[in-house]
Amino acid sequence: MLTLEKRPQPSQFWSYAAPLVAVVLTMIAGAALFATLGTPPIEALSKIFWEPLFGKFNFFYLPQLLVKGAPLVAIALGLSLGFKAGIWNIGAEGQYIIGALCGAAVGLAFYPMEARWLIFPLMLIAGAFGGFAWAMIPGILRVKFNTNEILVSLMLVYVAEQLLASMALGLMKNPEGMGFPGSRNLSQYASSSSWIDQGYGMHWGVVIALIAVIFAYILFSKHILGFQIKLAGQAPRAAAFSGVNPTRLVLFCLGTSGALAGLAGLTEVSGPSGLVSIDFNVGYGFTAIIVAFLGRLNPIGILLAGGLMALTYIGGDVAQSSLGLPGAAIQVFQGMLLFFLLAVDVLTNYRVRMARGATA
Amino acid sequence: MNDPLLKLSGLTKAYPGVVANNDVSFDIRAGEVHALLGENGAGKSTLVKTIYGLVKPDSGTMTLEGAPFIPAEPRAARAAGIAMVFQHFSLFEALDVAENVALGMENPPPMRDLAARIKEVSETYGLPLDPSRIVGDLSAGERQRVEIIRCLLQDPKVLIMDEPTSVLTPQEVEILFETLRKLQSEGTAILYISHKLEEIRALCDEATVLRLGEVVGTCDPRETSAREMAELMVGGTLHVPEREIGKSGETLMQIRDLSVASPAEFGTSLKGINLDIRAGDVIGIGGVAGNGQDELLAALSGEIRTQAGNIFFQDQDIGHHAPDARRSLGICAAPEERMGHAAAPDMSLTENAALTARKRKNLTKNGFIDWGSARSFAEEIIERFDVRTPGTANAARSLSGGNLQKFVIGREILQDPQVLIVNQPTWGVDASAAAAIRQALLDLAAKGAAVIVISQDLDELMEISDYFAALNEGRLSPLRPAQGLTVEEVGLMLGGAHDMEVAHVDA
Repeated sequence: MLTLEKRPQPSQFWSYAAPLVAVVLTMIAGAALFATLGTPPIEALSKIFWEPLFGKFNFFYLPQLLVKGAPLVAIALGLSLGFKAGIWNIGAEGQYIIGALCGAAVGLAFYPMEARWLIFPLMLIAGAFGGFAWAMIPGILRVKFNTNEILVSLMLVYVAEQLLASMALGLMKNPEGMGFPGSRNLSQYASSSSWIDQGYGMHWGVVIALIAVIFAYILFSKHILGFQIKLAGQAPRAAAFSGVNPTRLVLFCLGTSGALAGLAGLTEVSGPSGLVSIDFNVGYGFTAIIVAFLGRLNPIGILLAGGLMALTYIGGDVAQSSLGLPGAAIQVFQGMLLFFLLAVDVLTNYRVRMARGATA
Repeated sequence: MNDPLLKLSGLTKAYPGVVANNDVSFDIRAGEVHALLGENGAGKSTLVKTIYGLVKPDSGTMTLEGAPFIPAEPRAARAAGIAMVFQHFSLFEALDVAENVALGMENPPPMRDLAARIKEVSETYGLPLDPSRIVGDLSAGERQRVEIIRCLLQDPKVLIMDEPTSVLTPQEVEILFETLRKLQSEGTAILYISHKLEEIRALCDEATVLRLGEVVGTCDPRETSAREMAELMVGGTLHVPEREIGKSGETLMQIRDLSVASPAEFGTSLKGINLDIRAGDVIGIGGVAGNGQDELLAALSGEIRTQAGNIFFQDQDIGHHAPDARRSLGICAAPEERMGHAAAPDMSLTENAALTARKRKNLTKNGFIDWGSARSFAEEIIERFDVRTPGTANAARSLSGGNLQKFVIGREILQDPQVLIVNQPTWGVDASAAAAIRQALLDLAAKGAAVIVISQDLDELMEISDYFAALNEGRLSPLRPAQGLTVEEVGLMLGGAHDMEVAHVDA
């Protein structure tokens, strides 16, 4: 019989090896899944993991990696703050939408002014503020009334989606759009575009994500706030004894993750997506939860995990178009990644032992 | 009567890196109270767990009443007539006594019959207990009675008791001893584990001493002095804390009519506490667990904020100060629960050093932690307080309870506090380490700090306190000079025997 035995110390080896083992297991299980769907498994895996990076058309796919990876990394970093502290913001998708709406509103309000030095920074501020404010709703409700931030933040995603639909079809609709839903295309105006170089996939969201990685790294390795976040998550009573103010911590973690999600939303809507449309959001806010855990809530890990997850998105598209693999199969594949990670993660804190005989 | 009831021969159990029991052999006769002595980590727990079927020995045999005895699990051990009262109770606070007893039974009888049996057994053995009371409202002594009665309902041949008196008042200890003597006269063998040597001398017929997993001696406790037994346990001479009697200095802290509701369910609220804390004094606060000790420490350390006018430090009202602000003033504290309260189990010792010391040791600059200084501070604690660990990078949970306790106490003492509040500073710490901790507390007081020691160990309090007060139901008795207090007086201050008649008025 197999039993789990708690390790006296978390295993260094397994904390690094677990994500890699999870990726390998996902590939094996994914290959089996693809095979049962009648797709040659090796070919499918190579379409997903090889083709975008080293294939013939990688000049087209590599920039996509930045475009898809940046919002995932930025949102996941924000989420990781809260997750470390045991504060569960599940509604990053909503904060992402509201940030995009607020930032786009500023951009659209100034149309057709051309002062980029004024308009784009204002859009950034509005985007960050929108996400921050949306995250403050579950934050303040939790602090004041002890509500469950998981439920409130999740429900607010659906509110945000309705708001987005209303904006795309109403207030923000392009007056010159010949009746089509959606706003003016912000990325086409020099004053409001988040693109830096579209050919390389560089936009301000990428810059923000990279800066956020650096800040998060410093926060957790050097700053007292990062220490307190970790402490509150691991040992809440010890945190109270140490003097951590739980109210401030909840508001900081939720507010920062909201602001980062809002920025990611804004840079997406004024760049790769371009316009406020009913479905410009593609679930980055939810996928980022996987990215945060796959990266072990560690800034560098999240950067790598964001890249990997972006790769499965792009590779999934490739496999979908060239092999006819259903889109749902790719989502199952991504889900398996988190599933295997959580399973393998047990080995960081426990070791498996063969137990002989009957012991209680 | 002459054949041993339970015979252990050559029991050996090794864990990776440590031999917990090495060739342990001794006999327990029917009607004998047999003491098992040893420091922490000497292998007592492993041994009793082996007898109780929780641990399988690597080699060695046991016989019970002449027949081979190899319990595969506690159920088998119980069926064979072994019962055990654990140090930590496993009771559900929200259920009543009878329900708790029923939960531990294989085939519980109907509730009404069970309640009647509980009443009968409790009266037979002089353990007053009302089966219909909710366990959450019981004192620690009464909770222990629930555990004992649970065992007695099985008619055990051997009763194992692990540190049974650590949570009892002296009067309650007397009641327990009466019960044990009655059991003994009926032929039940009792294996009694305790650190309190005077108790063992009063109760036990024979003692087996373990050190580092091996039997290092047996003695007749009635004819061996406590000091001799202690030295047998530690394998050397014992250091007794010494101190110079100093004069009390200026008043550092004043507590005025402090009433706080407990944040915990089934916690005890503090009611109208008054206390003057003067420099150079060691104030011992005794009391049975669960009478407001945690709450008192939390109110002083700043974990619970109080209203204005309750707590003053050098005439400054600090009731609303957070823990770090109080530390900056010089008020440090060490709560009872080491894992998860005084220390974060999964964090390294360096991180745990920074947990409370960042203000007084200047470990942060503009909010950035100086990990180098934190590490040196952790190293200093490890060295000065003889914490046994491979290094500062080790997680707190990898330390044994006693070692972590030394670390936690050392962390606070080395911050040079002006007022130090500790709760159960030597709980679960072996005799020589306990002596070192007490000495460090006395040294701190000798340097002019005020030390408040909250403890359930009356011997400890009598040994180091200048003044003594008792915490009972969240109320603090007036301070009395510790010198000249008798055990009976202390017992009465602690609320006597916690009879069922005592009214429980919880706010």
